Amino acid sequence: MSAWKKHQIFEKNSLILIVGIVIMISIGGLVEIVPLFYLKSTIEKTEGMRPYTPLELVGRNIYVREGCYACHSQQIRPMRDELERYGNYSLAAESMYDRPFQWGSKRTGPDLARVGGKYSDEWQRDHLINPRSVSPTSVMPGYPFLMDAKLSTIEIENHLKVNALYGVPYSEEQIANAKVDLLAQAEPDSDAAEGFEERYPDVLIRDFDGNAKDVTEMDALVAYLQMLGTLVDFSLYDEKANLR
Amino acid sequence: MYQGRGNLPPIELRSGSPIWTNLFTLYGANIMGERKVRYLSLEEGGYSVLLLVAAIFCLIIAGKTWDQVLAFHTALIALASLAGIFYIFRRYFDGNNSPAPLEINGKPNYNMGPVKFATWASVFWGIAGFSVGVIIASQLAFPALNFDLPWTNFGRLRPLHTSAVIFAFGGNVLIATSFYVVQRTCQARLMGAISPWFVVLGYNLFIVVAGTGYLLGVTQSKEYAEPEWYADLLLTIVWVAYLLTFLGPIWRRKEAHIYVANWFYLAFIVTIAVLHLFNNASIPVSIYSTKSYIVWGGVQDAMVQWWYGHNAVGFFLTAGFLAIMYYFIPKRAERPVYSYRLSIVHFWALIFLYIWAGPHHLHYTSLPQWAGTLGMTFSIILWMPSWGGMINGLMTLSGAWDKLRTDPVLRMMVVSVAFYGMATFEGPLMSIRAVNGLSHYTDWTIGHVHAGALGWVGYISFGALYCLVPWLYNKSLYSLRLVNWHFWVSTLGIVFYICSMWVSGIMQGLMWRAYDSLGFLEYSFIETVDAMYPFYVMRAFGGLLFLAGAFIMVYNLVMTVRAGEAVESADQSALAPAE
Repeated sequence: MSAWKKHQIFEKNSLILIVGIVIMISIGGLVEIVPLFYLKSTIEKTEGMRPYTPLELVGRNIYVREGCYACHSQQIRPMRDELERYGNYSLAAESMYDRPFQWGSKRTGPDLARVGGKYSDEWQRDHLINPRSVSPTSVMPGYPFLMDAKLSTIEIENHLKVNALYGVPYSEEQIANAKVDLLAQAEPDSDAAEGFEERYPDVLIRDFDGNAKDVTEMDALVAYLQMLGTLVDFSLYDEKANLR
Repeated sequence: MYQGRGNLPPIELRSGSPIWTNLFTLYGANIMGERKVRYLSLEEGGYSVLLLVAAIFCLIIAGKTWDQVLAFHTALIALASLAGIFYIFRRYFDGNNSPAPLEINGKPNYNMGPVKFATWASVFWGIAGFSVGVIIASQLAFPALNFDLPWTNFGRLRPLHTSAVIFAFGGNVLIATSFYVVQRTCQARLMGAISPWFVVLGYNLFIVVAGTGYLLGVTQSKEYAEPEWYADLLLTIVWVAYLLTFLGPIWRRKEAHIYVANWFYLAFIVTIAVLHLFNNASIPVSIYSTKSYIVWGGVQDAMVQWWYGHNAVGFFLTAGFLAIMYYFIPKRAERPVYSYRLSIVHFWALIFLYIWAGPHHLHYTSLPQWAGTLGMTFSIILWMPSWGGMINGLMTLSGAWDKLRTDPVLRMMVVSVAFYGMATFEGPLMSIRAVNGLSHYTDWTIGHVHAGALGWVGYISFGALYCLVPWLYNKSLYSLRLVNWHFWVSTLGIVFYICSMWVSGIMQGLMWRAYDSLGFLEYSFIETVDAMYPFYVMRAFGGLLFLAGAFIMVYNLVMTVRAGEAVESADQSALAPAE
């Protein structure tokens, strides 16, 4: 009986009640979240991970803007059917530079974690303009407006700077040349392409949207899709060293 | 009435009051020929300064930004702030700003204006949110409805739907009922004259900014936390005001004990503040850009997001609406809450356990397995306090079960609690790793969410609205027959919705993992999409029925105010204490 009486302290004092609530809701969050920042096993050791190029980053922001996560996941689970359908299961390391993460929670369409290189640029472009032109029963919306939207270069160096602030390894040179690099990746014949190639070795440089005249949002989005899940070479990945 | 400034008396500093009170002292107006010196209250002065700072800050951004959406939004916020300042000063110069009496004839003088506003706002956003739901459900069956335009595609409309129903409809129901319940149970008036209005208007401004933002392509693409940094900032300020405004009557209360519904409202307000701050911690690209980058990256962002995401369910859609259950069901049934001890146990257990449940959204992902296991374990334990709450709600009817036959409003609320019980059983089941392996990424999740959203949150809200509107306007409800119609039409809709999603979800999950006799995957992905078609049509039809039911409610509520029979103080009986 007396134990119930003791509860009155919460019922009679709103500030004590609030303190009680805050303590109760803090414990679970602290235990589950904080260790992820210091346990070394949280993010696997891999080779090949690099920050997004400016064009890929802008492409990713278009992916974010259009809410693609509402229907597409970017997270392959270690199950037989998913490994066969989509490829190697996703590593935490593969999304370490992702802000926000786009693992998604629904597959109205297929997983995109390793869509990079699976289809040609033409296919991606046609599919984005009108999904039913290449996949007749698809229920995906069309995004023809991406072809008409010229890419904005405003404040692109700030995008890199904020990411660098969080520890994404952009060099000062990469930040300083962000504006040039943004367009150069989709203009392989331009003078700027050479400098871009030096700053970002081993990335795809080509006219992604098939329209050599302008660098469009389609260029950016396709550039992003074509590199998704291609950075880690799984023939070299040591699974046993990263058991957790 | 303000009649010009005339011969103004010199400034009189109020002796003994701190200097900062006098900072807000202004010359009084010449009213009815009588010279008076009045003071802006600290509240009026404080809000004027806050709104002025906001207006200036927003106008600078609106003027300098290259981003048209940000210019539109900051101009909108600036305009609203200026309108707020205008309102405060007009009140002041008109001489209407003397504090409202706390009591009239020994009875508390409640402030129901903001409650009424939030009530009608919730009705409006409910219809808007359900309609967008029907549209996006139809888009999945008939993709031509996307019209291939940026503003109408599924990816932008889907967050509009979720935010409109959760934060706009649900949020306004919570604000309306919490302001109503806290005044009634504390027998005290809301504190301040500006604060309650600042909360309801500021919150709805946030909704407008967030919603139009999605359509124009401004989103963080973090589920249920899509609004960008400046909208988040606006919400943070409003939320602090909400907490203080809510606490006002509690500090003034005449009863020794804080009523159980208010514990749940407090847990909801405090926890949502914590979740909101951590999950939206971000740095904008610049203050002239809508775009920001979240502080957390990759796997940590995933964990923080689902810690937030699941507790938006746990504290916004559960704790808040349990508070509604704890006031409106006993009130309507005219019975005391079933068990006082059960409410204590289930309150603390619920808030302690819920916060752990997030990682069950991340089974089999690159989140370390220990986190997923913790999330699953606590999700299963959570079943118990959830059903404790359900039992406490249902058993409150003991001795009054016959009312279910005659009172469709009470029936709606009881069925709501039953749906709560069902959804909180299904949830722990789906949190088990093996089950989740099948259910995750499929429509089963969507069905589960809607069992909770339409059945539990929707019905308890409708029940509360059917109670509130007559109580607020001292009218009797226009038609119980129409409530009956609403109940059956929307129940049929829910059944269509949930069943079609169960079938399509489980079917899709099984098709993805099906192998043929030669050991190859049996279905290509697009074949599993094709198989969804009939169920997407059925789902849209179910949603349409639910929307139709809501329209019946709107008619009924409007007619209650316009043509309902006047009754004397429809809600005067005090709550019986719990047994």
